[in-house]
Parts: sequence; structure tokens; C-alpha cells
Amino acid sequence: MKLDSLIPAPLRKPAKPGQGNGAKGPAPADLKTAPPERQSDAARLGDRAKDAPADVLAWVDQRTAASGFLTGMLYRKVPKGTNWFYTLGSATLFAFIVQATTGVFLAMFYTPSTTQAYASISHINNDVFLGAFVHGMHKWGSSVMVILIFLHMGRVFFFGAYKYPRELNWVIGVVLLILTMTMAFTGYLLPFDQRSFWASVVGININGTGPVIGPYLSDFLRAGPELGATTLSRFYAIHMLLIPGAIIALIGAHLYLVVKLGTTAPPWLRAEKPKVAAPVAPLDAGANGRAQT
Amino acid sequence: MADEANKRNGADGATSAERAKPDPPGYFEGESMTRRRAFTVAAQGLGGVAGAAIVLPAVGFAVAPIFHRGKERWEAVGPVGDFVEDTYRQVVFTETEGIGDAGKTTAYVRKGSKQLGEDPSSIVAVSNRCAHLGCPVRFVEAAGNFICPCHGGVYDFQGKRIGGPPVRPLDHFQARVRNGQVELGPRYSVTSQLEPVRARDPGEFTGGIWEYLYPPRPSTFPPP
Repeated sequence: MKLDSLIPAPLRKPAKPGQGNGAKGPAPADLKTAPPERQSDAARLGDRAKDAPADVLAWVDQRTAASGFLTGMLYRKVPKGTNWFYTLGSATLFAFIVQATTGVFLAMFYTPSTTQAYASISHINNDVFLGAFVHGMHKWGSSVMVILIFLHMGRVFFFGAYKYPRELNWVIGVVLLILTMTMAFTGYLLPFDQRSFWASVVGININGTGPVIGPYLSDFLRAGPELGATTLSRFYAIHMLLIPGAIIALIGAHLYLVVKLGTTAPPWLRAEKPKVAAPVAPLDAGANGRAQT
Repeated sequence: MADEANKRNGADGATSAERAKPDPPGYFEGESMTRRRAFTVAAQGLGGVAGAAIVLPAVGFAVAPIFHRGKERWEAVGPVGDFVEDTYRQVVFTETEGIGDAGKTTAYVRKGSKQLGEDPSSIVAVSNRCAHLGCPVRFVEAAGNFICPCHGGVYDFQGKRIGGPPVRPLDHFQARVRNGQVELGPRYSVTSQLEPVRARDPGEFTGGIWEYLYPPRPSTFPPP
């Protein structure tokens, strides 16, 4: 069976210009030779069932016109030399999806209270089915995401992919990097054990060493002059509500620009030289031989 | 100018007088704003008001703690007789209420020392919060120094920095004697000459121009 027949028609790769079969396609061979035999009811029902996914998609597509966007995005051209380094951005996105998913489920068991946070984490790790696994995915996944986002940044930098016209995407990416670091910082306090407590104390104090506004920023982070009861809930709200929303929105903008502008070829592939020599200056160009353009 | 162009009805060559667009309904001589423009401005203004109604309270809610100073809190940590002038006694008391052990802090307390030129009737209470980044320092009796485990900050007997990365001496707590009990109160920071200033976070210099670069926060108490 051809793989293409598995893909519903609206999402199938569009035919190249000049190679299409026309709107209706060729008539089935059996139609030309003999009239179709009457099918049994069961067979007709089976045919209908086979068409159902395509019908549903067509129904949605007729109302959203999404297939044009989807095929444009999925079948967009990529330059020669595209290699594994180009997957680092998708890998970062995947790490974010892992963090978002595991985070949602951790939030079902976690209590953002200074007196109960540690106990709720112990409960997740020791009592909840697969709790240690999901918590571990979230904990180690956060480091994976930070590492991947830096590798992705390095790829973009060393391949020169931040240059015109992609500067704005670089800027969005830097904001995403900062937001990711903020996620790592605010998430670190949540287990509320000795390590996370003192690491957050040190982190907030480093933040406070910024001149003039630093002291106020630390007060803002702590919700007061000392690390207190509302600090933890504040970090929790920033960690699970404020920043994830911003990250999702900015990832949308980031991906939109990637699809819109396309990716760059690796720097070791030089542009092909034109086969026709560049036009020489006409004889009557001027006394010094420069073309008057 | 744009209005002028609109009225001309896009007819090139014809003078504006001949081909002027008919005045819109409700137009009156000397009107300064079209109906469309008035509605645009009004709708954008209303949108702005609605946006501000959401954003301003939320932002105010989030930043309010910066301007809020809690209640002054004093806690007895032991009878005066427990404290001597030539070494420190470690006491633990609550600095932030309502968060259990996380709200407790450690102070090293002694009487004022005549040898160091302090008032012998005074009480000196040194915070164990390192002035580098806030790790807990420990008073090492044998050396007579405070030593920080995190990044190697060292302070002398009075809490002045003598080594490592800290930027100022250790913080102090206000101390007083009530009914024979030593009571500790709000935290304050000191300059390198041990002059009291309002409490600063670790890592922030005190005294001189630094008082402006690291301004005192409204959430802290005035120094004694």
C-alpha cells in the first residue's frame, strides 16, 4: 500500500506544478471498462468508514482553511546541507513540552505552603504511583532544557542564522532564554528543602546587588524584606502561571518566524556561482570604464 | 491633508471644487472631527481604560509588598546574666512569623566590651547572615572569627570583614534589656566603621555613595 494513501487528502503533499492530475484525477480503470457491480451493504458501510477520517478533516478544513497553512508548514523547502544541528530547536521545544506536561501533573499533588511543600514533595516521591519518575523527569528535564536551549543558541550563532532577516527571531529567542532561566530559578525553591531554600536566598541576594533597583527587585521577589510565607506562593505562581504563558506565546512567534523566513544553509555551503559571466561594462560606459547604472 | 484627499473622491485632474465628495450625513460647518474618528478615539480610549482596570490592580498587588513594613517584633532570648563580653552566645529566634522553622534566624549575642570601646551596659547582637550572599556564618571560638562555609568570608570578633568576598560587616539586631531579659528586635546593617544604617540585603555595600546606589528599602526599619 502506498504510504500516501494513509494521509488524508487535505494534508497530502501538493503535486508539483505541471504534474497534477487535474481536479478530479483519472477515472478509475474499472469505470472505463465495465459498470461497477452493486456492493453489499456491509461493503458500502466499510467504504464509508474508511473515508470517515478524510471526511472529518475535510469538514474541518472547509471551515478553517487550515490545510493550506499546514501543508505550507510541513512541506516547506529547507536548504541543502540541513543537518542534525538543525533539530536542536525542536529538541528544546520537546523538552519544554515534557516540562509543561509533567508540571501539570506534579501540580496535582504539590502544596505551595512553607509548612507543607516539603511533605508534599516527599509524598510525590515516595507514595504516589510513578511520582518519583514524573518528578524526576521534571527535575532533570529542566537541566536538559537549559542545556538544549544553549546548544540551539550556539547553533544559530555559529551558523550565522541570526543575521538579516532573522534578527527579530534571535531577539525573541534571547527573551525565551531569559524566561527559561527564570523558570529554572523559580522552580528551584519549590521543593523547599535546605538546598533549594539557601540557593534561592543566594539567588535573590545576587539579584539584589544590581545598583539602584536591585534592592527593590529582591523585595519584589520575596514579597517583603525577608524570605517569608508568600515568597513560596509567589515563586509558584510565577513558575506555573506567569512564565509558561509567556513562553508558549513567544514559542508561537518564534516558530511563525522560522516558517515564514525559512532556515539558513550551513556556512560551509557557499552560494553557487552564476553560470553566466557577469555582464561587462559596455564600451561607451565612460572615460574610466565604469558602468553608468 | 488626508481628509482633503478623501473629499476629492480620487478624481485626478478635476479640481476639488468641481468633484468634491458630498458632505457626510450629520456634517456641519466647522466640525473638527469626523464621526468615524470620534468613534475610533472613543473605542480606543475605552479599551485603554478597560486594560488599565485589569493591569493596574494586578501590578499594584504584586509590587505592594515592596512598600509594606511589617510590625516591629521583639523577642526575649535569655536573661542578661547568660551573656558575657568576651565571647558570643548563639541564640535562635523568629524573624518572620507564620512560616515555621524557615522564619527563624540565628544571632550571636554578647555584652558590650570595654576593651573594644563599647558601652559595657549595651548588648551586641550580630546576625549570622553572611554579608556576601546570605549563607549562615558560624562563630569559631578558637579563632575568635566568624567564618562563612559557602565562599570563605571571614569576619573579626566585632563582625568586621577581614577576608573573603563579603562587602561589609555582618548585620546586627537591635537589642534591649526588659525585665532582666535580653530582647532582640529588627535587623540593621552597619558601615565598615560599624555605624548603623537601615538593613541592606547581603551583597550590597553600605556607607558613602553606596547609600545612594543601594537605596534603603521602605520595608526595613530605621536604624537605632
